[in-house]
Amino acid sequence: MTTTRSFDSDAVTGPTSPIVELRDIGKSYGNIDALRGVSLSVRQGEITCVLGDNGAGKSTLIKIIAGLHDYTSGTMVVNGEERHFSSPRESLNSGIATVYQDLALAPLMSVWRNFFLGNEITRGPFRQLEAARMKRIASEELTKMGISIPNLEQPVGKLSGGQRQCVAIARAIHFGAKVLILDEPTAALGVNQSGVVLKYIVRARDAGIGVIFITHNPHHAYLVGNHFVVLKLGRVALDTHRSDITLEQLTTEMAGGSELEALSHELRDANPEAVVDQGITRPVDTTADNEGEREGP
Amino acid sequence: MASTITSPVSADDRVSARSLAARLLSRPEIGSLVGAAVILVFFLIAAPPFRDINNTGTILYQAALIGVMTVPVSLLMIGGEFDLSAGVAVTTSGLTAGLIAYQLSLNVWVGVVIALALSLTIGAFNGWLLMRTGLPSFLVTLGTFFILQGLNIAVTRLTSGAVASNSISDMDGFSTAKAVFASEFKVGGVTIKIIVVWWIAFVAIAAWMLLRTQIGNWIFAVGGDAAAARAVGVPVKKVKIGLFMAVGFFAWFTGMQLLFVQNGVVQSGEGVGKEFLYIIAAVVGGCLLTGGYGSVIGGAIGALIFSMVQLGVVYAGWNPDWFRAFLGAMLLLATIVNLVVKKQAEAR
Repeated sequence: MTTTRSFDSDAVTGPTSPIVELRDIGKSYGNIDALRGVSLSVRQGEITCVLGDNGAGKSTLIKIIAGLHDYTSGTMVVNGEERHFSSPRESLNSGIATVYQDLALAPLMSVWRNFFLGNEITRGPFRQLEAARMKRIASEELTKMGISIPNLEQPVGKLSGGQRQCVAIARAIHFGAKVLILDEPTAALGVNQSGVVLKYIVRARDAGIGVIFITHNPHHAYLVGNHFVVLKLGRVALDTHRSDITLEQLTTEMAGGSELEALSHELRDANPEAVVDQGITRPVDTTADNEGEREGP
Repeated sequence: MASTITSPVSADDRVSARSLAARLLSRPEIGSLVGAAVILVFFLIAAPPFRDINNTGTILYQAALIGVMTVPVSLLMIGGEFDLSAGVAVTTSGLTAGLIAYQLSLNVWVGVVIALALSLTIGAFNGWLLMRTGLPSFLVTLGTFFILQGLNIAVTRLTSGAVASNSISDMDGFSTAKAVFASEFKVGGVTIKIIVVWWIAFVAIAAWMLLRTQIGNWIFAVGGDAAAARAVGVPVKKVKIGLFMAVGFFAWFTGMQLLFVQNGVVQSGEGVGKEFLYIIAAVVGGCLLTGGYGSVIGGAIGALIFSMVQLGVVYAGWNPDWFRAFLGAMLLLATIVNLVVKKQAEAR
């Protein structure tokens, strides 16, 4: 699972040195610290999963790497150089591609036009599109990555959510991404669709790309991840390698860790009968001595 | 980046070639084409003069008068915006050329060139203001519509003392300019106005540009999802400002035809309400009001439908009072047909 392949000779960094490394990154918006002392490294051929509850700082973290926001403390090193991105273009030019949850695809345009949008292959002074060539390349790239879209002329809006994610990812990879940031790619998808996207993430990793997989589903993360970072209230709560953690531990950590344990004790003490005796009338007596606040006056 | 994981796999065997019918039906202009055929047959039966080949030239001329402006208005609509000042901008351009040439006693062509510069500037201003403020194009161009409408009348009265520009028909350069913008010639007994030729040429170029060039791809993208287009590096602002300038260019061209066809006189109140005709033609032709979808050829067919109905009503001997009502019904019908056809095409 964790083996890294050798890549094209044009790869700037070796497989073991991180392409993107964050050291003690912090970001404050006015008097609010959205991120504090976060360190993270992304290596080629590795999937780094960033997990966290809503508001944990996941979005802020990817926005810093994607060039939408600048950080306020710490250092970000990209390809061995310390960088501050001032626009998404700069991040893109450094080989970092971000596939956002709301997708950067125009729904009424055909698959192949979307695939090449902004990077069209053209000839002549009028920049005429080489449609046949673009369709062929789009088809090859998509097939190579294991997604089949029968009709490339079909508008992207008619594809399923999973297929759309895959087109967006395939596009990022084809246009030279070395680091791929995926913002909750499985959040809005069904089980099968998620499976397709997860398989595709693994393919991207096998192609030698460093993947940052943002999710709040520990099951999805554990299926593909090499490295896990759990954020909580803007800080790193857990930073571990796959071999050092089980799915149960990850789930527990993700769901709130010790807080969840406390909660589960509390709930169990509250009313154990309620779980097993669903069909029967509510056992009133056992709730009398609990510490629940919702019992009313 | 070349990917090194697997050898290229042959195309998916579930892919079968789509039938010609299915591909035809998925074109945005198909609804308007069917509508145009129905209207043509209808008036061929109902209005005897409609069958006269000599009237074909007149029908095409009427279509071209709307159609030239429908070209940029369609492109703009596909790019997600629309321009309410398009109708009066035509008049502004014609008046500018006429008034400048007359008042400064210049060669007519100087006025023509200055009018072009002004028209492009108005377009650029519309686009720039829109991008700068982020207001909807409805509001911004409604503002320019009133400004231009007022200026047309006020400046004309101030300089010429009347509500129309002074005639420039005896000035230097008039005959050559008229030859370019408003001449006519005969083909087998049918009188063809030169603007019809220009119109067909403009439609051909714009249709090719929209479907076969990078700019065309970007126009679809900025109308379909401007944020997505920006994220992949499409210069959204430049594309949209360029589209408004295209409206300016064609407003200039139509304004010149207006000036030179009427012996160098333009009425300053002209053009109000024309903007809706351009928009109707574009919508009938399959352009989506919300952007991202449509066709230039469809817009041209929309303009043809407009002129066939306008003249067909006259040729049939009906009271032309009914024309507007008919036009509104056409618009509704066309939108519904477009909707149905689009859904059917998607189901295939």
